[in-house]
Amino acid sequence: MNLPQNPATRRFLGLLPAWLVIGIFMVMPMMILLVFSFMESDPYGGVDPGFTIEAYRQILFDLNFDDELEFDPVYLIIIGRSILLALIAVFGCLIFGFPVAYYITRQERRVQNMLLYLVTIPFWTNLLVRTYAWILILSGDGVIEQPLKSLGIIENSLEMMYTNGAVATGLVYSYLPLMVLPIYASLEKLDFRLVEAAHDLYASRFQAFKQVIVPLAKPGIIAGCILVFVPSVGAFIAPDLLGGGKKLMLGSLIHLQFASSRNWPFGGAIAMLLLAFVMIALLWQLRSARKRMEESG
Amino acid sequence: MSATAIAANNLVKIFGSGPNAVTALDNVSLTISDNEFFTLLGPSGCGKTTLLRLIAGFEQPTEGDIEIFGSAVAGLPPYERPVNTVFQHYALFPHMNIAENVGFGLKMLGREQREIDEAVTTSLSLVKMEEFATRTPAQLSGGQQQRIALARALAPRPKVLLLDEPLSALDLKLRQAMRTELKTLQRDTGITFVFVTHDQEEALTMSDRIAVMSAGLIQQIGTARDIYERPDNRFVADFIGDSNFISATIDVIDSDVAHCVIGNGLTIPTQLVGDHRVGDTVTLAIRPEKIGLSGGGDWIIKESIYLGTDTSYRIASGTQEMTVREQNARTGTARFNVGDAVSLDVAAQTTTMLRD
Ligand SMILES: Nc1ncnc2c1ncn2[C@@H]1O[C@H](COP(=O)(O)OP(=O)(O)OP(=O)(O)O)[C@@H](O)[C@H]1O
Ligand SMILES: [Mg+2]
Repeated sequence: MNLPQNPATRRFLGLLPAWLVIGIFMVMPMMILLVFSFMESDPYGGVDPGFTIEAYRQILFDLNFDDELEFDPVYLIIIGRSILLALIAVFGCLIFGFPVAYYITRQERRVQNMLLYLVTIPFWTNLLVRTYAWILILSGDGVIEQPLKSLGIIENSLEMMYTNGAVATGLVYSYLPLMVLPIYASLEKLDFRLVEAAHDLYASRFQAFKQVIVPLAKPGIIAGCILVFVPSVGAFIAPDLLGGGKKLMLGSLIHLQFASSRNWPFGGAIAMLLLAFVMIALLWQLRSARKRMEESG
Repeated sequence: MSATAIAANNLVKIFGSGPNAVTALDNVSLTISDNEFFTLLGPSGCGKTTLLRLIAGFEQPTEGDIEIFGSAVAGLPPYERPVNTVFQHYALFPHMNIAENVGFGLKMLGREQREIDEAVTTSLSLVKMEEFATRTPAQLSGGQQQRIALARALAPRPKVLLLDEPLSALDLKLRQAMRTELKTLQRDTGITFVFVTHDQEEALTMSDRIAVMSAGLIQQIGTARDIYERPDNRFVADFIGDSNFISATIDVIDSDVAHCVIGNGLTIPTQLVGDHRVGDTVTLAIRPEKIGLSGGGDWIIKESIYLGTDTSYRIASGTQEMTVREQNARTGTARFNVGDAVSLDVAAQTTTMLRD
């Protein structure tokens, strides 16, 4: 076989497989979704040809009987709730994940590997099944309330299910490993002799943590926050099962549009919105990474 | 006698346990006076860093205890001890610039920013690094980082400064300049220095007193002169400077001077050490430069090595060999050639009878 002589052509051919994979599996579905979001919805599912920004209008405005635009906050509330719950999930994962990651790094190498393995084990089981387990924990006759009731400590149900709290708990539980692993990775690289140096220079444990450990673990913390935020804001299993469909989040909303509501353009429009949030989060990470690069010369 | 800055009593430090146990310090006791420039000198792995880490509070002794200015510090964390460390590996904070690194200690002590800024400037000028204040550690060479590590430890003006080979990464000229400056700095500030090195020249030129260590043990503590002129044992005589080790028999004892006869019948007068009697076999340590040579005799020059300021001769008589060093005072040429016959002249005060 003759190889093309032109280096530009050769480079193009060399990178072609990569471009194809990115194009077919990443860009194309997005483009289809983007195009769908500007088309008219077909009542039987799918889309009808024609350009309209109807789907995007629907996010903020309703049409009243006189065909006038009327502000309708119902979806805005869902967006707000999604972002809020995702941020709570990020915060919760950080609070629980950091000490876990720190603890793991302070162990012997052999123990470290075993603990990391344990952290990833939940990923081997289906998320749906694991979230069902939380229903058994939180529900009115679950493992928390039953004993308390029979011991007479409480009389009425704690009403833990179908609340924002339940959803947030489910999200923290689902994505905790995504926080632990990147923080572990950056703490593992941290030279603990620097912590000694801080103590030598009169830094208390808390000061050394704040002044040395956290700044040096920042790349891992940021990566962990993004990794938890992105799937949380689009989650639909935890909101469906633990929020009982009462606490809709963006993920469930999109799911609904493509399944029961058969409003593909609207589903596409919300998906685009979600994509925008994720892009903003990623840009933020990129910016802080670049700033770090500049700092360290 | 000035106050005691640091007292270590019967320190033992064992790392690990069972078959993997390493005894890094084996019953070490020493006292360091306030304002003293005290040096720990010894080969790699002898426990110098471990001793500093015990004083700084990073490790707890397996046995024994430490007092700093008269108060026991067992269980006191490093941030509550009035000592600062210049680490062998620098340990500068990579996410802070040089000024922030140097000011860190004072910031943790809760000082005002103005006071911190002043101390940072002073400390940086002490190590001639003023113009680097806004750089990050990654932008400095190894030697520059080492100087920043020194400035950072000095900035809070601790009562005791622990220095773990702080000059090892510097080139010869800078190292020599820094030796003088460190010494001046120590004298001016009155800070007690505990200085670790495995460079004997550094130890001899800077220290008020030196502790020679080997394998977790203190072999001898004394002034530079004590240690060079009166080494207690073979390790010290060998580790610091060069020595001829010669086995001799005590022939006559004249109050505290023993006249020892070596293999070829030469008698060498030596200060008597311990309770040796006539007829005992002892080891003498003789510095090569303490032996005088003159023409004619029963020693033969076997080898002559030109060393710039000195010439080193290897001489032999029968099976007895020795190294002799002579300054090339005026001539610039060696006084003897290989094959010449010479005789030796060794004065009583210049040889040492070793204890072991
Ligand atoms: N944390 C540790 N765990 C196990 N062994 C250790 C530990 N720290 C030091 N050692 C051992 O203790 C002994 C003394 O080490 P130390 O670091 O005090 O030597 P040093 O005199 O400072 O040597 P160098 O001049 O090379 O720095 C060495 O044998 C070393 O291997
Ligand atoms: Mg060391």
